[in-house]
Amino acid sequence: MAESHGEAKGQKAGAHTEADGGHHGGAFPPFDSSNFASQLVSLAIAFVALYLIVSRIALPRVGGTIDARQDKIEGDLAEAQKLKDESDAALKAYESELANARSRAQAIGNETREKLNAASEAERKALEDKLAVKLADAEKQIATTRANAMSNVRGIAADAAGAIVQRLAGVTPDANVVGSAVDASLKG
Amino acid sequence: MKIDPIHQFNIEPFFTLGHIGNHTIAFTNSSLFMLIAVLLIALLMLASGRELIPGRLQSVAEISYEFVATTIRSTAGAEGMKFFPLIFSLFMFLCVSNLVGVIPYTFTIASHLIVTAALALLVFFTVLIYGVYKNGLKFFSIFVPHGVPIYILPLVMFIEILSFFLRPVSHSVRLFANMLAGHIALKVFAGFVAMLGFSLGALGWVGGVLPLALTIALYALELLVAFLQAYVFAILTCIYLNDAIHPGH
Repeated sequence: MAESHGEAKGQKAGAHTEADGGHHGGAFPPFDSSNFASQLVSLAIAFVALYLIVSRIALPRVGGTIDARQDKIEGDLAEAQKLKDESDAALKAYESELANARSRAQAIGNETREKLNAASEAERKALEDKLAVKLADAEKQIATTRANAMSNVRGIAADAAGAIVQRLAGVTPDANVVGSAVDASLKG
Repeated sequence: MKIDPIHQFNIEPFFTLGHIGNHTIAFTNSSLFMLIAVLLIALLMLASGRELIPGRLQSVAEISYEFVATTIRSTAGAEGMKFFPLIFSLFMFLCVSNLVGVIPYTFTIASHLIVTAALALLVFFTVLIYGVYKNGLKFFSIFVPHGVPIYILPLVMFIEILSFFLRPVSHSVRLFANMLAGHIALKVFAGFVAMLGFSLGALGWVGGVLPLALTIALYALELLVAFLQAYVFAILTCIYLNDAIHPGH
């Protein structure tokens, strides 16, 4: 793009910069084609150098750092998730274990209660039987005693009746007659 | 006191490097600031740490990386990442040199059309060559939009072709003109402050408050423009490359 007469213009611009402050001669600097070649060459050198630095060193380096951080964050998150899953599983195991233990305890309690109930029932029955036997014995004894007593009562009554008759009548009554009279009155 | 808002764009040769044909190749202030931009980028990208938890400098380097990568992915798709080094270089080169250029007494590389034109042409030929290399003649289907009635198709194709070849012009002039105009405006307003002070004395110094405030506001605007124009240049590059990668849209 640079014009062939750039050299001459360049000298003019150089002279002009020294005597600046006077009237502004020469071309408007951005359109001064005498500088184009210099600028293009330095731009090419600078930009190629920048491109090489950026593409070979800078971007892989910074990108690597960012990726490493991303990996680290993802790894940490996965680790945290794993630990959380583990603790969840442990909690679940604990809860099911607790439920098991509870139901087992309940079963044991029930069983024990039933066993004890059965034992006490059996004992009660045995006791009742024993008591029933004792009761029967006692009743039998009472009946005997009563029969005995009753027979004694008859004897006493007969004696008493005989004695009363003798006192009143002065006659000793026949024992058989007194006996039958006592029997009759006892029945009545 | 004479205000010369153009003086800041002068190219001052420091020493001559050689000759190509009858052109003198000199190491100029422009070369110096190109070198400074490259060194600053290299320093930012290489001297920052590689810690798991980044420090400030490393954060800036990583934010630049992610910013450009996100821009490419959103405009040119995942395939556009092939051009990541190119777009990153363009963006960082322009962004850093523009930001350095806002500092007083420095030189703004992008205020010279030849530089922006060279970069725009680099993008243009990259798009053209890669587009043809990857898609063959199908690449030229970008000039034939879908769903256009046949009787106006020639006109539309003419416009499409024209706009395609005018891309490097708009691409380069946009950046160049923004940097140039912004710096001139800044210099003119800053010059008013001194001019009022020197010509009107104490009254002038008081009167200079207004242009000073304007200069500060413009300075903030120029900082934004410095970044924004670099970003616009980069995102347009992505959009143009998208044509080369996906010519069927």
